[in-house]
Amino acid sequence: MDSMTLIAMASIVTAGLTIAIGGIGPALGEGRAVSTALSSLAQQPDASTTITRTLFVGLAMIESIAIYCFVVSMIIIFANPFWNHVIAQAAAK
Amino acid sequence: MHLSSDELILWQHGFFKLNVTIVTTWALMLVLTVGAKLITRNLEGKVHISRWQSLLEIIVVNIRKQIEDVGLRHPEKYLGFLGTLFLFIALSNFCTIFPGYEPPTGSLSTTAALALSVFVAVPLFGIAESGLGGYLKSYLKPTFIMLPFNIISELSRTLAMAIRLFGNMMSGTMILAILLTITPFIFPIVMSLLGLLTGMVQAYIFSILATVYIAAATRARQEAGE
Repeated sequence: MDSMTLIAMASIVTAGLTIAIGGIGPALGEGRAVSTALSSLAQQPDASTTITRTLFVGLAMIESIAIYCFVVSMIIIFANPFWNHVIAQAAAK
Repeated sequence: MHLSSDELILWQHGFFKLNVTIVTTWALMLVLTVGAKLITRNLEGKVHISRWQSLLEIIVVNIRKQIEDVGLRHPEKYLGFLGTLFLFIALSNFCTIFPGYEPPTGSLSTTAALALSVFVAVPLFGIAESGLGGYLKSYLKPTFIMLPFNIISELSRTLAMAIRLFGNMMSGTMILAILLTITPFIFPIVMSLLGLLTGMVQAYIFSILATVYIAAATRARQEAGE
């Protein structure tokens, strides 16, 4: 296998793994957050505005982890620096 | 397929590049300012007001209420900055219902600029509220050991704000583009509906996070006063 094939293979596998593993944690965390928020909403409907706002801010914080993983996998697929380097080297030959 | 609308260059002359992001940003700014000017040209204080005035009143009153709910006592001071952030992001995300439109918030340069403006505005509001010394003291809370962590959090939350908005909007357009090649009939419509919802939520989150940071920076004075 030449380096081009290796880099392509590693990039594809890593991109999939990044978004797969990186999605698990935030999904579990968001599920817990929403379920807790729902039960506290049911107990205290008066505090709904505060709970909803805090929930949204918290969800955004949790979700940013998943977004980081998504951005990294997008960079690996569409704007891979190693891949571009190898292509440039192959073109120079 | 392109990662952001920065790569679509409409016009180029030497050093100056006019890409799609800049053009849409200026178009949105034009729509916002001209629209606001047109609506507020003849305001009425009667019982029956025009529809557009009523729309603007709803928006402004609700933004004020949200800022007040977070804990800022005088929302007028912050209404200009936070309201502009919300309206710009909301409009730029909302316009994705027009086909062929590329949201400027889907490019990292726009979101980085927005996050940097928050990064600059938070200390400015903090210093205006509690003075330079009072603001710098807030970095030493709860103890001086936390000083490096406070500085790191200041930087990392700016990065997080930029990447979050960029990632959400970029993923929306990216998913649409991928779905159009696989199932081009109904499914993209559902996803673009979901994209509209995410866009609104992201606009809300961006402005509410900026509000929370400003509230945290100005809190030192208020707590001392109580």
